[in-house]
Amino acid sequence: MASEDVFILGIKMTKFGKHKELDTVDLATEATLAALADGGVTMKDMNIIAAGNLMGGAMPIAQVIQKACGQTGIPAYNVSNACATGATALRVVGMSIKAGESDFGLAVGVEKLAGAGLLAGGSRKSDGKEWERSGRYGAVAGVDGRIGTDTMPGVFAQIGMEYNHKYGGANFELFAEISRKNHSHSTLNPLAAYSKEMTLEQIMGDLMIAYPNTRPMCSANCDGAAAAVLVSGSKLKTLSQEQQRRAVKISASILTSDPYEEACQVLPNVNTLTRAAAKQAYEQAGVGPEDLDLVELHDCFATAELVHYDNLMLCEEGNAVDFFKSGATWRTGTTPVNVSGGLQSKGHPIAATGIANVWEVCHHLRGEAGPRQIEGAKVGLAHVIGLASACGIHILESNSA
Amino acid sequence: MSNAIPFVNYLTLGDDPHLVAHECKSCSARFFDRRNACAGCSGTEFQSVDIPTQGEVRSFTIVAFAAPGIEVPFVSAIIDCGGTTVRGNIVNVEASPDHVKLGMPVKLTTFPIGKDEQGVEAINFGFEPAA
Repeated sequence: MASEDVFILGIKMTKFGKHKELDTVDLATEATLAALADGGVTMKDMNIIAAGNLMGGAMPIAQVIQKACGQTGIPAYNVSNACATGATALRVVGMSIKAGESDFGLAVGVEKLAGAGLLAGGSRKSDGKEWERSGRYGAVAGVDGRIGTDTMPGVFAQIGMEYNHKYGGANFELFAEISRKNHSHSTLNPLAAYSKEMTLEQIMGDLMIAYPNTRPMCSANCDGAAAAVLVSGSKLKTLSQEQQRRAVKISASILTSDPYEEACQVLPNVNTLTRAAAKQAYEQAGVGPEDLDLVELHDCFATAELVHYDNLMLCEEGNAVDFFKSGATWRTGTTPVNVSGGLQSKGHPIAATGIANVWEVCHHLRGEAGPRQIEGAKVGLAHVIGLASACGIHILESNSA
Repeated sequence: MSNAIPFVNYLTLGDDPHLVAHECKSCSARFFDRRNACAGCSGTEFQSVDIPTQGEVRSFTIVAFAAPGIEVPFVSAIIDCGGTTVRGNIVNVEASPDHVKLGMPVKLTTFPIGKDEQGVEAINFGFEPAA
């Protein structure tokens, strides 16, 4: 027996940004109820829930969501996979449907992150009395800042610079230009945390965080949630014409972790697992990079976007700089990338990101993206990567053809 | 030098300071942290190997914004030391992209980071431009 096809029936993201009046439960519930309404179903229809929240605003989040808007006794999975948490929740629900255990399922990601500042990094200070070794390196004080950097802007700066060392052609201005593209795209997205056009001069002249990443080249910490309702192919056939027309097929759902290779425990290698996930996703979906009408990829920093053009095989290996320079990834180009504004302007409420990027792609595939609609979009890809390390890729296809 | 200790376990002090890695006896993968097993082949036997002190900058960033208590700006780098990848700061150089370059040759250097109340000095390592 062939396993079930899986479709997205309803999906929503909240406005990303500062939500002073809303807590984690409010945001998660808003996204959940909106996704259920979007799919024309209720909590009573759900057979499984998988949810993630990394900052611990409300734990265990899957049960907290049920307590907020519908306790029906279904299995609840609380998932945690860094920035790939949302994609993991989605995939857990999809696997349950594929396995024939569920007809309907709900995936939710939520985060309160506005004003969080630097994520990761920070050194334990010595108490001064007597040096004492701790940790796996036997260090007498924190290693961050003393033996390289643990901060995300610094780690991803090195990832981009490493690509440049290998293939050449990139510089501060090129990375800033990638950021300019995403900020420009964000002006059409009312749900983005920041939606202001920025000039190259403004981006390069802004506060330097970790060269070559200035502040607008870093993903924006913000609050937000996203939720999706998934349905099996056979159940979908019993639903209304309208529900079937708006349903989006999940043609591929892939999750990988980083395989060992030299240096990967010194500087996280985001390339191996993304390339492996992309390869599997294209095979599973039966499409190639050239078939993609839009891509939402994990631009946690401008330096990261460049390497993922290559990892997702949107260009020839080693050719990401020329690919970007050709204009291909602008919304008017051959492979529009991050037309939502990307994490640099839309924002990055970590656990919500892996569902919010799927929402963006669905929005276009359903032809509902308004002024930022990529005309005639039929196939799209959503990618996230979390350190260290998980990569989630979903390939989505319109069901209205 | 009895009053000096290395900042991390994988740094060896003395006349010729250098880094020491745990090398997997079956697949030769090298690690700097305390190991239970090998991430490459799951082997559980390791031997100590000295890492060359000369290397080449494979990647770097200049961190301008860090956690409280960390001096900025500083140069964080990924160094290829004769085929073994090492993480460390580049020191004794101006923290600017005009002075730090990809592919730049560097060599290991050590420096004190402070004393505890017993007068014991902790010695850290970094890399500096090699002439």
